Amino acid sequence: MELRVENLTVARGGVPVLEGLAFTLSPGQVLILCGPNGSGKTTLLRTLAGLQPPLVGSVSADPEQITYGAHADGLKATLSVEENLRFWASVHGLSDIAPAVDGFNLRGLLERPSANLSAGQKRRLGLARLLVTGRPIWLLDEPTVSLDAASVTLFADAVRSHVAGGGSALIATHIDLGLQAETLDVGPFKANANRPRSDDQRDAYADFDEAFL
Amino acid sequence: MIALLVRDLRLAMRAGGGFGLGLAFFLIVSTLVPFGVGPEAKILSRIAPGILWVGALLACLLSLDRIFQLDFEDGSLDLLATAPIPMEGIVTVKALAHWLVTGLPLTLAAPLLGMLMNLERPGHFWIFLTLLIGTPALSMIGAFGAALTVGLKRGGLLLSLLVLPLYIPTLIFGAEAATRGTAGLPASTPLLMMAGITAGSIALLPFAAAAALRVNLR
Repeated sequence: MELRVENLTVARGGVPVLEGLAFTLSPGQVLILCGPNGSGKTTLLRTLAGLQPPLVGSVSADPEQITYGAHADGLKATLSVEENLRFWASVHGLSDIAPAVDGFNLRGLLERPSANLSAGQKRRLGLARLLVTGRPIWLLDEPTVSLDAASVTLFADAVRSHVAGGGSALIATHIDLGLQAETLDVGPFKANANRPRSDDQRDAYADFDEAFL
Repeated sequence: MIALLVRDLRLAMRAGGGFGLGLAFFLIVSTLVPFGVGPEAKILSRIAPGILWVGALLACLLSLDRIFQLDFEDGSLDLLATAPIPMEGIVTVKALAHWLVTGLPLTLAAPLLGMLMNLERPGHFWIFLTLLIGTPALSMIGAFGAALTVGLKRGGLLLSLLVLPLYIPTLIFGAEAATRGTAGLPASTPLLMMAGITAGSIALLPFAAAAALRVNLR
């Protein structure tokens, strides 16, 4: 399953953030998304995940093939690690959580309520959720935040085996994960209000949205 | 979808989950009213159906903002939106969970609390029946209001203002059916009207609420 993006403009609150994006994420590929804070990486990932519509352009991928790993882990504090994982597995129609538990070294924590986990352990549980979705395209937003070196290695291994199995991953990160990956710098695509745009793009949002700015 | 329902019910039962909040409020209201109104049994039994209905409605309102807000704050709502459950399904399941945790216990408790207000004999059955038919509409309309206000900090006030006017038809027909039934008058017209509101809410509002959620997640 390929993720292809053509002439994509993403917006936050009606204001274009990145424009003219074009790239392809093929099965077996890892693409690292880099750029300074506030450059629109999260907005791009949310658009690709189908959580918000693109301003211009198209994303050709079935949303059912994509899983999104956000800043927030989506954990319920009063549920145990196992209950959290089982919930996400059954939402996605799977029942086997063993690979996710072993992949992120959660075996000893299964009974613990996730309120009592450390920040790094919560993150590991949040990443383990990716494995129980069974979806081929991972969109990850700074997945290594609050992980220690050993857990970053676990995560890199998980991405490697996911990719080896025909999956693909688009990862926004500021650190070197040691993966064989291409890099997509969002800097050159930064939307600039002063840059002349083509007329149809201007019509699409300028008149209406600028009334609210 | 069943996994989501089981999770929501489990969360409600755990510490801090809010199960019993509405029920406790309902209990307080129906205990305090006889003290406030005075001990004349005749007056109490006349106003009992209306008081029980208003109490149930306000108790329902108390826990509405939790329907989506908690999931929104911890990021689960984003992840659920990308999961293979349609948004309409999420809304319906969440409203059902809210009803099972709030509306159903209120319905079961109301006939007992009616005794505190000297509710007369057929009244216990009528208050049970009208709440059973009416409270699903309260949960569904409430889920719609909660979907509209999900991204707002302290959206509870706005939620109440949005939802209360929408609750009024259910309240009027529900209390009217209960009062008429208790007095031994024919009550099928208000009962059918209320059932119509419930059926309409369940049929239409999941779509409206799902659209509101999609906008709020952007």
